[in-house]
Amino acid sequence: MRPVKYVLAVKGLSKVYGGLRAVNGVDMLIPEGQVRALIGPNGAGKTTLVGLITGRITPSFGAVSFLDQDVSNLPAYRRISMGMGYTFQITSIFAKLSLHENVALAARRRGGSVSQMDSAVRAVLEEVGLSERIDQLAGDLSYGHQRLLEIAMGLVQKPKLLILDEPTQGLSSGEVSAFKALIRNLAGNTTVLLIEHNMDVVMAIADFITVLNFGEVLAEGTPDEIHANPAVQSAYLGGGDAGT
Amino acid sequence: MTDMTKSLSLHLGLIALLLSLNWLLPSYHHGNLARIMVLAIYAIGYNVAFGYTGLLSLGHAMFFAAGMYGMALTVRHLGWSPAPALIAGILSGFVLSVIVGLLALRTSGVAFMIVTLMFAQSVFLIILYFTEYTRGDEGFVIQQAQRVMGGIDLSEAHNRYLAALLGFGVCLMLTWFLVGHPFGKTLIAIRENEERARMLGYNVYLHKLGAVVISGTISATAGALYGLLFGYAGATFATVQYSIFPLLWVLLGGAGTLLGPFVGTLFMFYLIDFTSEITTAYMLVAGVALVLLTLFAPQGFMGELRKRALGWLP
Repeated sequence: MRPVKYVLAVKGLSKVYGGLRAVNGVDMLIPEGQVRALIGPNGAGKTTLVGLITGRITPSFGAVSFLDQDVSNLPAYRRISMGMGYTFQITSIFAKLSLHENVALAARRRGGSVSQMDSAVRAVLEEVGLSERIDQLAGDLSYGHQRLLEIAMGLVQKPKLLILDEPTQGLSSGEVSAFKALIRNLAGNTTVLLIEHNMDVVMAIADFITVLNFGEVLAEGTPDEIHANPAVQSAYLGGGDAGT
Repeated sequence: MTDMTKSLSLHLGLIALLLSLNWLLPSYHHGNLARIMVLAIYAIGYNVAFGYTGLLSLGHAMFFAAGMYGMALTVRHLGWSPAPALIAGILSGFVLSVIVGLLALRTSGVAFMIVTLMFAQSVFLIILYFTEYTRGDEGFVIQQAQRVMGGIDLSEAHNRYLAALLGFGVCLMLTWFLVGHPFGKTLIAIRENEERARMLGYNVYLHKLGAVVISGTISATAGALYGLLFGYAGATFATVQYSIFPLLWVLLGGAGTLLGPFVGTLFMFYLIDFTSEITTAYMLVAGVALVLLTLFAPQGFMGELRKRALGWLP
């Protein structure tokens, strides 16, 4: 067996706001190709943790290493350009620009010719089902379509690690199924870190789950293990049948 | 015709039209238009920072003045001929914009406005402090003999018009190229959503610095040309008023449009020109026009035109 290569290694990561430890000593290892879900109740520190990983937020303690390189002191844009793709929890697109330009801005940084870039943009918009709207302004899209555009902007970067912060929020059930298929297509090639509230989605596409509660890792394991874990059930799932 | 060829023909067409006007206009308007074109260069420079990058500076007069004095002082005290003096002016603006950019871009929003305003005030006070060399408020005239470049007398009306047009055409096409380039598109992305641009892996600080330097250098070019073509340099051009002017021109013409700066400068120049013949309270009329425009065409002339009819306008 070849040694497992970790795309992301997080050690002792903490963020203290005044007296509040939003994230407290989190360790996390994500091997290459895994779809990792990060779940937990509201306010558990999921978005803060992801902010620390991408460099949007400066940690109080701890280290982040990405592709075997310590990135703790690198600014966010450097980490992104090393191959982290990030999609925002609250949709963040270029509302006054066309869909094409939105995705092109994400694609362009990778270099390549104009025609390569253009075909990559068209391909990814086709993939998320927005290709008919390619010349529309992003701000004119419905909320669900804006979420899909956001995902397209993440995908087109062909990131080594794709971080999705609640991607299915506000999507219709049809769009959620399409999203699940999309991520399953990536499985094996792209490592994914997914914050998600929809347990159907988590159970369907995650290889491995980390549960966060009060800023600390409460449990880790496969979907079945997490589903059977009594501590998780009492903290989060609230019963035993949620999500099934 | 693709959007790109349409916009290229439009911009080259404007330059051709302005060229033909050189032989068609009566002398009064001919002189005005030469002045408007040089001031429009200033507005084009301002628009790169404000219109395309979303950096609202209240201190661009310092770049205009840097260009003007970089040119005029070398002519007056070192006896330089116009060509190297012009380059000295442009370089002064370049150096100043690098320094100001490095410092001021550590702030954003309102703080950026105040910091640029303070820097511009410092430049103004420096000009006054060295009155011995700069002649301060009173300024100094650049003699006709000092304005002959390669045998061409730039104080002569047609030469002056053509020189202004050359400068205007170069700066207009430079920005035309810029906004079609990935660098320019990234500036627009930063204007629209800075955090998103950063989280796509763009170095926002460096891009903004680039925008300030391009903007400051173009503004300095305008200042140097203005001094050279109209034969005068004075501290008035470094006052707050001259930082506000390009903001007004760009807002009127359409921020973030390539032709907006020219249209806004043209409109404002003639608005003041006409109304000052009728009443001494001409600034009141100008004020009312501004209020009406912000009410009914908040995106300026070219911005509205782009929104309503010509979506391909860069």
